[in-house]
Amino acid sequence: MSKQERDPLTGQLTTGHEWDGIKELRTPIPNWWLITFVVTWVFAIGYLVLYPSFATTKDYARGLLGWSSTKELAEATGRARDQQSAWRTQLLATPLEKIEANEELRRFAMAGGQAAFNENCAGCHGVGAGGQIGQFPSLIDDDWLWGGKVTDIHATIRHGIRDGGDETRLSAMPAFGEILKPEEIAATADFVLSLSDRSRDATRASLPGAALYETNCAACHGAKGEGSRDGGAPRLDDAIWLYGSSREAVIRQVADPKMGQMPAWQSRLDEATIRMLTVYVHTLGGGEK
Amino acid sequence: MAKSSDERVNHGTIERSTTLLFVLSFLVVAIGGLVEVVPLFRLDETIKPVEGVRPYTPLEQIGRNIYTREGCYTCHSQQVRPFRDEVERYGHYSIAAESMYDHPFLWGSKRTGPDLARLGGKYSNAWHVAHMINPRDVVPVSIMPAYPFLQERELKFDDIGEHLQALSKVGVPYDGVAILSAADDVRAQATGEKTEALLARYPGARIGDFDGQPGRITEMDALIAYLQVLGTMVDFSKVRVDGKKE
Repeated sequence: MSKQERDPLTGQLTTGHEWDGIKELRTPIPNWWLITFVVTWVFAIGYLVLYPSFATTKDYARGLLGWSSTKELAEATGRARDQQSAWRTQLLATPLEKIEANEELRRFAMAGGQAAFNENCAGCHGVGAGGQIGQFPSLIDDDWLWGGKVTDIHATIRHGIRDGGDETRLSAMPAFGEILKPEEIAATADFVLSLSDRSRDATRASLPGAALYETNCAACHGAKGEGSRDGGAPRLDDAIWLYGSSREAVIRQVADPKMGQMPAWQSRLDEATIRMLTVYVHTLGGGEK
Repeated sequence: MAKSSDERVNHGTIERSTTLLFVLSFLVVAIGGLVEVVPLFRLDETIKPVEGVRPYTPLEQIGRNIYTREGCYTCHSQQVRPFRDEVERYGHYSIAAESMYDHPFLWGSKRTGPDLARLGGKYSNAWHVAHMINPRDVVPVSIMPAYPFLQERELKFDDIGEHLQALSKVGVPYDGVAILSAADDVRAQATGEKTEALLARYPGARIGDFDGQPGRITEMDALIAYLQVLGTMVDFSKVRVDGKKE
């Protein structure tokens, strides 16, 4: 053991070791550091005792405060529910058709409906509900595949479209690519496109596709292309084309139809939220009385 | 200042004795180790099985492997935490039993994109296809990369039986029949044909042509099959996880 000496500059002892003239000081840990270290220990022990910590043989140490994350969640959701309970009760008790007439209730439904829409519906229908041509219907026009009354919209949101359940909206169009010849499909598509062209009202019946339409399409889509909501057959006499308005798009849709699918929301959202969404979607622009 | 520290027994004593240093270091590490390791021995008691949780179908499991391969977990978590804002946005908070057959689990800790623990059934298959081909087509503000190639790649599933066998070794209850018919189950789920055996083995499995390309089984089919099962196995309207009666 070599000799310890006092460093003249700092007044600290050295370890007594020397390497090529370099000596190591034995400066102790500063007191602020030591105190902080001890405080963290005290804090940790307090935390261990007060809050859920280690596993025991059958359970886990629950802590003196009895805190749990699920309890905290229940309190937070309970508080929010209490704040809204008057409105929610009123929303559930009011018949769907009458919600919008009550200005304050309408505003409550619109605020909640917009939030729920942006989280759950905007993925497909878009944030502005404009939909997407070729995939997802617009909700701001007055063309409704399954009905635009509040009760219709409510049922569609609850049960979805082609989503399996007993009450889901269901319709299926045959793939005419397996039934008709390509030239017949093209002729049918030309006739279908003419249905929304008022200037061809007089000449339409003489088109080669007229008879084909009558035989294959009219039963569901109607003699004049007026569609059928009960049967889930879209209107063909307006200029709104979910899967595209070009001749190629209509031919494709006749030959091998795309049929959209929408999830049923009743298992994901509560009834009050579904009602808020219904009001929101109904007021977007195309709602029917 | 503790100027008299050089007089006391202090770290100098420990540092000068290798034996003492070793024994004390071992004690410290052992405490840390015990706290981390012991709970793992009690997993069977900690995770309470919940009705509805089943092993993934072979198609979903391959989809899960693709999800892992593409690194989806680096931006998407799969864990709804018990906070009001999360529960209102995503649905019921995640419970341990829901990932009891996950090897490895994909809970994640980074949310560049939204949490996916309850994604299943939220969107249609067609939406998922459009979203994977170009996320901006359906979510204009998305910064997610596009995965159009999944739609082109034929799914490789001739080795899925061995994969299930490996999973069965770590406790996923795939029996011999499930392992032997794994490839058939992939075909059944992706085409919707001969699904009885599949549905008996994996109740509630979503059947169908996931990628909108009938006649082809692609990686897109598998990935969407996996995304559509996420968070849907437990029916929280029937199951209470807090131990209280409904």
